[in-house]
Amino acid sequence: MKIVVLVKQVPDTYEDRKLDTAAGLVDRGACEPVLDEINERALEVALRYRDGNKGTEVVLLSMGPEGTASALRKGLSMGADVAVHVLDSALSGADLGRTAAVLAAALRATGFDLVIAGNASTDGGGGVVPAMVAEHLGLPHLTFLDAVEISAGTVAGVRATEHGSLGVHALLPAVISVTERSAEARFPNFKGILKAKKKPLQVLSLAEIGLDPAFAGAGRSAVVTAAERPARTGGTRITDEGTAGEQLADFLASARLI
Amino acid sequence: MSNVLALIETTADGRIRNTAASVLAAAAKLGTPIAVVATAPGAGAGLAAELGSLGARQVCIVENGQAGSLLATPQVDALAAAAERFVPSAILAVNSVESREAAARSAVRLRAGLLTDAVSVRSDGGKIVATHSVFGGAYTVESAVEGSPAVITVRQGAVEGQATPTDAAVTILSAVSAAAASAAINRIDDAPAASSRPELRTAAKVVSGGRGLGSQENFVLVEQLADALGAAVGASRAAVDSGYVPQSHQVGQTGTTVSPDLYIALGISGAIQHRAGMQTAKTIVAINKDTDAPIFDVADFGVVGDVFAVVPQLIKALEARAG
Ligand SMILES: Cc1cc2nc3c(=O)[nH]c(=O)nc-3n(C[C@H](O)[C@H](O)[C@H](O)COP(=O)(O)OP(=O)(O)OC[C@H]3O[C@@H](n4cnc5c(N)ncnc54)[C@H](O)[C@@H]3O)c2cc1C
Ligand SMILES: Cc1cc2nc3c(=O)[nH]c(=O)nc-3n(C[C@H](O)[C@H](O)[C@H](O)COP(=O)(O)OP(=O)(O)OC[C@H]3O[C@@H](n4cnc5c(N)ncnc54)[C@H](O)[C@@H]3O)c2cc1C
Repeated sequence: MKIVVLVKQVPDTYEDRKLDTAAGLVDRGACEPVLDEINERALEVALRYRDGNKGTEVVLLSMGPEGTASALRKGLSMGADVAVHVLDSALSGADLGRTAAVLAAALRATGFDLVIAGNASTDGGGGVVPAMVAEHLGLPHLTFLDAVEISAGTVAGVRATEHGSLGVHALLPAVISVTERSAEARFPNFKGILKAKKKPLQVLSLAEIGLDPAFAGAGRSAVVTAAERPARTGGTRITDEGTAGEQLADFLASARLI
Repeated sequence: MSNVLALIETTADGRIRNTAASVLAAAAKLGTPIAVVATAPGAGAGLAAELGSLGARQVCIVENGQAGSLLATPQVDALAAAAERFVPSAILAVNSVESREAAARSAVRLRAGLLTDAVSVRSDGGKIVATHSVFGGAYTVESAVEGSPAVITVRQGAVEGQATPTDAAVTILSAVSAAAASAAINRIDDAPAASSRPELRTAAKVVSGGRGLGSQENFVLVEQLADALGAAVGASRAAVDSGYVPQSHQVGQTGTTVSPDLYIALGISGAIQHRAGMQTAKTIVAINKDTDAPIFDVADFGVVGDVFAVVPQLIKALEARAG
């Protein structure tokens, strides 16, 4: 089985992420770029299947700027077999529609039986790219899965919903996405890191995946204005000396919150 | 006025979900609201009056033998059929997982631009503009799409108010979904929340607990304070990972974003990913025994103290006032 894991490099959530308010784009210089944690979990789901099923190939696929290679190397050091990086200056500031169209074209080029993505990225956070990729490919999407069961020709899983839960299944090929409940990702070990340096990392331009850089995508979405909100500041702080609970009740009453 | 489609969510047994009012209210801000519902054949008859009372000027029932048994595609096919009939300037859906994915697949199919998680929408001289609150509310961004229609998902609870009730006209269309392009639903557990507490996402008050609670048994303290205040129960990811509460209670970057009038954080350090989900609350209260906990940087009222001492006293004081 060939499993393609969609991975995205994002600004580290442990830092104060910045938006370039003039361009309306993520300020990628402001924070350390990292492989999105949710994509490490998606990769873990793929690696666990490969651990139990010889002959499985795990491919990483990412669309992103130059530096994306380091996120792909991290995934290779965790155990993925090969990586594909779609890199093209025409993709700067790509919106959801363009991103999904490009990933779908790249998937057609690499071939796959199963695509595994994160449920939502930690920067854009749209949580829709996997479903959009599935629409392009005319395939089922099984998304936001807390638990996944992959077998030779099928995939099944369970999603927690706002009302309860939902069990879904489909024949392969299919596109799935997983939540942070799905799997704890393994750490790359020393051997993995050494091996990763020798693993193939293919860089493809839009032309190489069969897309004209000016491809007629969808109606584009774009930022019109962006403004930073004033940061919050701390207010009153007291140390409990036996009456803090009562003082807090007074505060809530005076703020008309009770 | 141009037509605006609003995708209506239904329960497993075909009733209209309570998200309908808000998505219709948002649609009414942009044009003539048309409710679109995917239903099993014959099951849509009773829905029109209710949707009209929520402001739909037209109700478009798209009958589909697979509604309820295939994931999302019956809704996508319903939107596609309705878009062909009504040529809308915008298509709105709730930003819940199911509706946003249906909207997103429709955007691909209609070659339309997509704007996700809008907190408000408006028409600016004919141009449709959506406002988003990003990076945990640190930025406010306005966006628009080129061309028509604009497909927009609207954050639950963000658009308030209700569109004017009407006697909605009904259109019945039919659609068939391609089974090969859909996941099959084999089990739906659609149990209405057993809890009498308000829903986390839209609650006016939220009390959240973190790793500082120490155990599942101790987490009851969070619930007791929540009940004393009529609040919803939230949690940090660490509390969820430790098994104190189910993941549906998680507040933050990868959990629910809340914006209540009052947010009380108990034994939560205030990691940046937690703050991303609650820092737009009107009033924030924190109780933490560590003076240096970052949660105090965003708290309007901070108590440096032990939750097991302060919270029982607070509950008692609240009860005394109520009594
Ligand atoms: C704050 C913010 C708001 C935005 N709002 C909009 C908007 O309203 N409309 C719009 O069109 N665009 C928007 N964008 C741009 C959009 O985020 C990008 O187009 C992005 O490339 C994909 O969207 P996502 O990160 O939201 O994906 P999600 O749908 O959240 O990603 C889910 C999964 O899809 C896969 N995936 C996503 N992107 C890639 C990639 N580049 N390479 C490989 N796998 C990937 C990953 O597995 C990921 O975990 C926004 C961006 C930001 C930073
Ligand atoms: C990609 C990513 C996404 C994430 N998403 C989220 C998210 O959505 N939500 C989220 O919450 N986190 C998220 N996190 C995790 C986040 O980084 C923190 O690890 C988490 O928020 C910590 O939870 P906590 O505050 O309960 O635990 P801790 O940081 O361990 O804090 C516990 C606090 O309790 C205090 N305490 C202990 N005992 C007592 C007592 N008796 N009385 C009073 N105070 C006491 C301590 O002083 C401490 O400050 C994410 C992380 C990543 C990398």
